[in-house]
Amino acid sequence: MADWIEACLVDDVDEEDVIRFDHEGRTFAIYRSPDGQFFATDGLCTHEKVHLADGLVMDDIIECPKHNGRFNYKTGAAKGAPVCVNLATYPVKVEAGTVFIGLD
Amino acid sequence: MTEPGMVIVGAGECGARAAFALREEGFAGPVTLIGAEPHLPYERPPLSKQGMAADRPGMTPIAGHDRFAQQGIRLVLGNQARAIDRAARTVELAEGERVPYHRLLLATGAVPRRLPAAAASRHAVTLRTHEDAERIAGHLSARARITIVGGGFIGLELAAAAIGRDCRVTVIEALPRLLARAVPAEIAERIADTHRARGVEILTAASIEAIRDVGEGVQVTLADGRAIAAELLVVGIGALPATDIAAEAGLVVDNGIRVDATLASSDPDIFAAGDCCSFPLALYGGRRVRLEAWRNAQEQGALAARNMLGAREAHSAVPWFWSDQYDLTLQIAGLCDEGATTVRRDLGGDAFILFHLAADGRLVAASGLGHGNAVARDIRLAEMLIARRAAPDPRKLAIPDVKLKSLLAA
Ligand SMILES: Cc1cc2nc3c(=O)[nH]c(=O)nc-3n(C[C@H](O)[C@H](O)[C@H](O)COP(=O)(O)OP(=O)(O)OC[C@H]3O[C@@H](n4cnc5c(N)ncnc54)[C@H](O)[C@@H]3O)c2cc1C
Ligand code: FES
Repeated sequence: MADWIEACLVDDVDEEDVIRFDHEGRTFAIYRSPDGQFFATDGLCTHEKVHLADGLVMDDIIECPKHNGRFNYKTGAAKGAPVCVNLATYPVKVEAGTVFIGLD
Repeated sequence: MTEPGMVIVGAGECGARAAFALREEGFAGPVTLIGAEPHLPYERPPLSKQGMAADRPGMTPIAGHDRFAQQGIRLVLGNQARAIDRAARTVELAEGERVPYHRLLLATGAVPRRLPAAAASRHAVTLRTHEDAERIAGHLSARARITIVGGGFIGLELAAAAIGRDCRVTVIEALPRLLARAVPAEIAERIADTHRARGVEILTAASIEAIRDVGEGVQVTLADGRAIAAELLVVGIGALPATDIAAEAGLVVDNGIRVDATLASSDPDIFAAGDCCSFPLALYGGRRVRLEAWRNAQEQGALAARNMLGAREAHSAVPWFWSDQYDLTLQIAGLCDEGATTVRRDLGGDAFILFHLAADGRLVAASGLGHGNAVARDIRLAEMLIARRAAPDPRKLAIPDVKLKSLLAA
């Protein structure tokens, strides 16, 4: 069963944007898609462990700030060189204006 | 002899990317990747950065043997392509074999420019390969004296790494300022100040009179009589395109192997890409450039692969470059020298971006410096504006609260 952890408020994240969320020594990235839905992935790029929250969100894609590696933040899929390892994704729910992320 | 397929000479960033891209594009015939170095293709950027943090630098392979095998890419490593026989359509290897090609890609990269004055020194090195990095990293013990000739990116990244290991570092630059060719003065000054604050001695407008080995070290004498002694001398004065086999085969060479917008050389069955080629940059009215940049090597490798398969696609990417020194990262999109005026945007925490606008108001480049990835997102958005040939309102560019994304939507 997932533990639901409070990550941020809905208003903390612009549409088509991302913020960083740190919890118990781990770091995550929380996304809000252009149509207002929330998603969560591991916070660090699988290439060189850079914070993805400094990157750019375009549609379904988060682009890493360091070397422009791309992932689909909804599925975690790596979209080609230089990244080849997928990102872990986490379930997200929104309740009363608060975004929760589900951790095992 | 095997069936002719796609042959790539040069197993670096560009060649490796091209080989994988051929498969991604669905090519099922033979793909051969020929590399002079004995290693799997590896990343060069870490050589002057993380790689210098320990005595024995690690290596960052671009992909493992298993991935090449799984993609059916034949790797011929530790073997130099010595000649191209265009009539017979074969590449002759130093180890004897002749590899037939249907289409050939030259991704031979670049080699460090030599400093004649340092030719006789046993303590002078350049930095391009893993072996170079091993030799340099082994010298970076505490209190060791390192002299770096050339205030370019590689020299300065190395200076930062050497300071990180408590070395005493002197940078000798012939021009009046560091990074004169590639970055605007405002950024170069910030970088120079950072190096000085960390203890690097920077000598600009310095002309070298002589370089001599003295005892177990090497001494540089400047025209003004000053002498700088060190245990190691690193020459970082730029690189020259590796064009030997192309020139011998009669291909046109013009600051690199000359290619058209599709990366085809003067022989339509031979392509060139990455650090070794000069190509017309559509963004700047076809200005011919040669880039030494990691992302360019990847993009051109992938583009060359598509065009080897007949796509006839023209290059359209915006040049992009980054450098890490200490905790600072510099990123540049476009070529700054295309700009006539500059607009500055402060991002907070010392980070800033310079937007370079042409006389007609078009955004042609953006350069930014800051801690960590502070400038990355805005440089990326600027790159998109540059690609669209946008002419954003300079007042809006200057105001940090105006999101660049909103200018993109305009
Ligand atoms: C120390 C260092 C730091 C860098 N840092 C950055 C950075 O921070 N940011 C950035 O954007 N760029 C950086 N670069 C530049 C980037 O690494 C290059 O642009 C990129 O490696 C170019 O790729 P390439 O495949 O064209 O050439 P290379 O990587 O040079 O590969 C060419 C390969 O071809 C082989 N070869 C040549 N001739 C033959 C032949 N006849 N037969 C067989 N093999 C042959 C060579 O041995 C070499 O292995 C750095 C480069 C160096 C050296
Ligand atoms: S660190 Fe993310 S692409 Fe390299």
